[in-house]
Amino acid sequence: MLDVRGINVGYDQVQVLYDLSLTARPGEILCLLGRNGAGKTTTMKAIMGLLPLRSGSVLLDGEDISALPAYEVPRRRIAYVPQGRRLFSELTVAENIEIGLMVRDAGKATRDRVLDIFPRLRERLDQRAETLSGGEQQMLATARALCIEPQVLLLDEPTEGLQPSMIEQIRQVIVQMKSENVAIILVEQRVDAVLSIADQVAFIENGRNLETLEAEALRQDPSKLTRYLGV
Amino acid sequence: MDLGPYLLLASLEGAVAAAVLALTAVGLSLVFGVMRVVNVAHGEFFMLGAVLAWWFASLVAGHPAFGFVLALICAPLIAAVIAAAADYFVLKRLNYDPEATIVATIGLLYIIQQTVLMTYGPDARPVEAPFNARIYLPWFGYSTYKFFVIGAAIVLLIGVWIMLTKTRIGLVLRASQLDSEMALAFGIKVDQVYAMVFGLGAGLAAMAAVLVVPIQQAHYLMGGDPLLLSFIVVIIGGLGSIAGTVVAAILIGMSDGIISVFFSPTLAKIIATLLVAFVLIFRPTGLFGKRSI
Ligand SMILES: Nc1ncnc2c1ncn2[C@@H]1O[C@H](COP(=O)(O)OP(=O)(O)OP(=O)(O)O)[C@@H](O)[C@H]1O
Ligand SMILES: [Mg+2]
Repeated sequence: MLDVRGINVGYDQVQVLYDLSLTARPGEILCLLGRNGAGKTTTMKAIMGLLPLRSGSVLLDGEDISALPAYEVPRRRIAYVPQGRRLFSELTVAENIEIGLMVRDAGKATRDRVLDIFPRLRERLDQRAETLSGGEQQMLATARALCIEPQVLLLDEPTEGLQPSMIEQIRQVIVQMKSENVAIILVEQRVDAVLSIADQVAFIENGRNLETLEAEALRQDPSKLTRYLGV
Repeated sequence: MDLGPYLLLASLEGAVAAAVLALTAVGLSLVFGVMRVVNVAHGEFFMLGAVLAWWFASLVAGHPAFGFVLALICAPLIAAVIAAAADYFVLKRLNYDPEATIVATIGLLYIIQQTVLMTYGPDARPVEAPFNARIYLPWFGYSTYKFFVIGAAIVLLIGVWIMLTKTRIGLVLRASQLDSEMALAFGIKVDQVYAMVFGLGAGLAAMAAVLVVPIQQAHYLMGGDPLLLSFIVVIIGGLGSIAGTVVAAILIGMSDGIISVFFSPTLAKIIATLLVAFVLIFRPTGLFGKRSI
């Protein structure tokens, strides 16, 4: 279980997150909803240890991972699929995957399992990441993260700019991870997609977590959505 | 004597200069490429290599080859350790801010230079070559040691290339270069990578100096020229491009050697500097660079 407890985070002078708290449970999908600039990406970077916390903590099964150096966080099996993919552009598909495998010294079995999920990547192992299509790049970003064999998976707008069939494929992978008892935090802009997949929904506004709701309650009564997002 | 033998001699001298320059400049290029740090103290690590080579050579009695081999192993190592420490204790603490690192490496330049002046002194001192047989070409004799310098530089450069493209360390290094934040998010100890790269860059410069010191003598001010030429080469080759750096080093080194033999070393430097100006005007990313600066 991943527990974000009252974190305050910012860049240099500006503070972005204020006393933000979240809880992601194994086998559940927590969706973060919020307008552009609300602080969703910042939240994920803070969990990964890429931004220093001014206060608060991030606990993984009780261990305070925010006290660790950033490179230790993925070794605790927390995997990150960042917004905009952020592949190692000049490296090949195989090399990007290798970087993912190296995190926990995973071997061929893991590699095969990940490539079985994304057969398209297997055909393109020697292609440079920057020359992949947008959809293939998203597959690679996801595959790279799955190489960590995550217990917590952070996905930041994984369907941004993708066509429906590709979105469906990413969705299936997320559902599969959920069934394998991974705790998932997903940033997603499309409300219908959120409602169909989420277990919990957290509304982030101006760097604050206004409320975390059961998705079931939202499905019954979507009026809250209108209130928070104006949709 | 007609022109041919002169040209051959000049080319050989140029090849030696190119070999030494390529090693030195690749060190500078690696540091800039991976860390985006302009290391103004690079020439001082070159000088440190030469001075340490003299010191190791003077420690060992007997055949000069013993001292030379000791120097070839130890001098680059010591330079690398000093550089890695400078990275860890100074550059890292500046968060690799571009302007701050330039100022810091200028400081490092003076610290190293003055420390050497106070300990080693102002004299230029020779180091005896490990072997000195001459090959007799039809027109003139030529030192086998100079051929060795060329060969050693080629072997070392191939080694660096294999390290970068074929090994795990190289992969980690390239990933850190492309996106250091994502490297961190994938468990790469970017701090260690940076310290290693800074050390490697300095080590390559020191290695080049150890190779050159039997030809050139060690002196505490000898770091200036290699620094200038390395900058020229890195800019012409394309910032951060290792292949471009090597090609530019061959170009500049060869023309430097040839022009120095036929005309004067000063003219060679003037032409190289002009070349940089033209490259910056007509192809600002360098011959092999693709990113804009
Ligand atoms: N590197 C940075 N330096 C300064 N401010 C930043 C930086 N990155 C983000 N911010 C600011 O932090 C705030 C939150 O940004 P963040 O990227 O977390 O938003 P987001 O919720 O992910 O938005 P989006 O939906 O557009 O991706 C914004 O106001 C942004 O301008
Ligand atoms: Mg975002």
